[in-house]
Amino acid sequence: MSQLIWNGLFTGSFYALVALGYSMVYGIIRLLNFAHGDVYMLGAFIGYYCLTLLSGVTSGLPALLIVLVVAMLATGLAGVGIERLAYRPLRQAPRLAVLITAVGVSFSLEYGVRLIAGADPKVYPVRLDGQPVELLGARLTAEQLVLVAVAFVLMGALHTLVMRTRAGRAMRAIAADPKAAHLSGIEVGQVIARVFFLGSALAGAAGVMAGAYYGRIEFLMGFVIGLKAFTAAVIGGIGNLPGAMLGGLALGLLESFGTGLTGGEWRDVFAFGCLIVFLVARPQGILGEKAVVRM
Amino acid sequence: MPLLELSGVDISYGGVRAVRDLSLHVGDGEIVALLGANGAGKSTTLAAISGLVRPSAGRISLGGTDLAALSPAAIVRLGAGHVPEGRRVFGGLTVRENLQLGGYVLADEREVNRRVAAVCELLPVLAERRAQNAATLSGGEQQLLAIGRALIARPRLLMLDEPTMGLAPRMARTVLGLVKEINQQGTSVLLVEQNARAALGLAQRGYVLSRGRLGLHGDAAGLRADRRVIEAYLG
Ligand SMILES: Nc1ncnc2c1ncn2[C@@H]1O[C@H](COP(=O)(O)OP(=O)(O)O)[C@@H](O)[C@H]1O
Ligand SMILES: [Mg+2]
Repeated sequence: MSQLIWNGLFTGSFYALVALGYSMVYGIIRLLNFAHGDVYMLGAFIGYYCLTLLSGVTSGLPALLIVLVVAMLATGLAGVGIERLAYRPLRQAPRLAVLITAVGVSFSLEYGVRLIAGADPKVYPVRLDGQPVELLGARLTAEQLVLVAVAFVLMGALHTLVMRTRAGRAMRAIAADPKAAHLSGIEVGQVIARVFFLGSALAGAAGVMAGAYYGRIEFLMGFVIGLKAFTAAVIGGIGNLPGAMLGGLALGLLESFGTGLTGGEWRDVFAFGCLIVFLVARPQGILGEKAVVRM
Repeated sequence: MPLLELSGVDISYGGVRAVRDLSLHVGDGEIVALLGANGAGKSTTLAAISGLVRPSAGRISLGGTDLAALSPAAIVRLGAGHVPEGRRVFGGLTVRENLQLGGYVLADEREVNRRVAAVCELLPVLAERRAQNAATLSGGEQQLLAIGRALIARPRLLMLDEPTMGLAPRMARTVLGLVKEINQQGTSVLLVEQNARAALGLAQRGYVLSRGRLGLHGDAAGLRADRRVIEAYLG
């Protein structure tokens, strides 16, 4: 039982990190960024190469934390580049054109990485398999605990940034009304770039963590997690950041309990069953509100 | 040299011409009314001044600076304030955050908060509702908030797009009174109004747009007395 909760929290925190970027980008430019899962994959690969480079110097948790920061910066910049090259020129284009472009970006990232790294899965150079300790009946390692703590710190930091700073205020203003944001003197393009940086950096962090947790990475690993992050974002109410965090954790727990009951091959059925239930029964999500329009 | 000057401005939306060959100006300290029926091109004109749409011909300048190459944010920094049609306050954000966003162009957060306090003094109803979600305000309160938000940046030119639309007569009078007060403190005003009588009562001069073209224009008093204006707008 506690083991299931722990596993659920662990994978749920990756989902939450990826879902946050999904939700932020949707919130600010109303784009379902189908390439977002691939940024997570990119993070995992950048982490892989950095860890390989570092392998003579340090290893284990310290190496992982350094690499986490590097991968976050790199994926953050990649996110900014993707927005700049692929999405910004389409700012005035119909929604569908941008959506299809996102699918194109997704394929480009997947097959770009395949070209460089090859199609075979890679074994992650750092594993979280230190001495397991018993905690409330669950077996977990100190490394795992640290990573979950890092994930929560990142989410907390993002929340503070969005809710308490001038930059975050501008992000929420654009999400509420881009035209009025322009008229208030907000450099909208700059703020959108920042949102892509943050969202992509979080996805990159999740990619490194997932590599270390599952131990194997491959160029298509972002596809399913992209869909799951989308599910988590929908569960929480898309565009709503606390909702995305909650949705990610809820999805992780649900999957963990679902597979605990029925076996691993049903895991994705639970996730996407959940998506369907929410889309039908409560499309605004747990925390999403219906838009308020007033005279 | 006038504060705002448009000369020979054409604006189109994907090939459809919304404004043609428009020339007008707003002098320092003036209130100028921009009148016209629905769809005449009034909001489009303001959008072009703010850099939200770009003219396909002609020139717009503010304080002598050509606006063609400037971003909307840069135009705000240059001194244009624009209270859009339909108020467009930031729903989901508090009244205080809405006001703070009006000062986004200022880097100094403390100065922004000082100005927010000053606007709250001018508009006590906003002070009372500081922590409230802006979407929960009444229409009139939202209009005051939208004006307050534009004032934080201390614009030289304040453009208001139908600020009394949908408001009860009492609230409409309050809003127009506020516009007058803002003008008396030295801000030039370009006022788009449906209510031509009220607008010409406030303004020194007026322009009438019809289907994107400049029609009558001149002294507010003259326009108020003009039979064609009376028939079209003053009924
Ligand atoms: N975003 C837009 N896209 C296409 N046409 C527009 C757009 N906005 C306004 N128009 C058209 O431009 C003309 C002028 O509109 P507008 O400036 O809103 O008039 P007004 O503010 O005087 O009522 C109208 O014919 C309107 O249909
Ligand atoms: Mg209009």
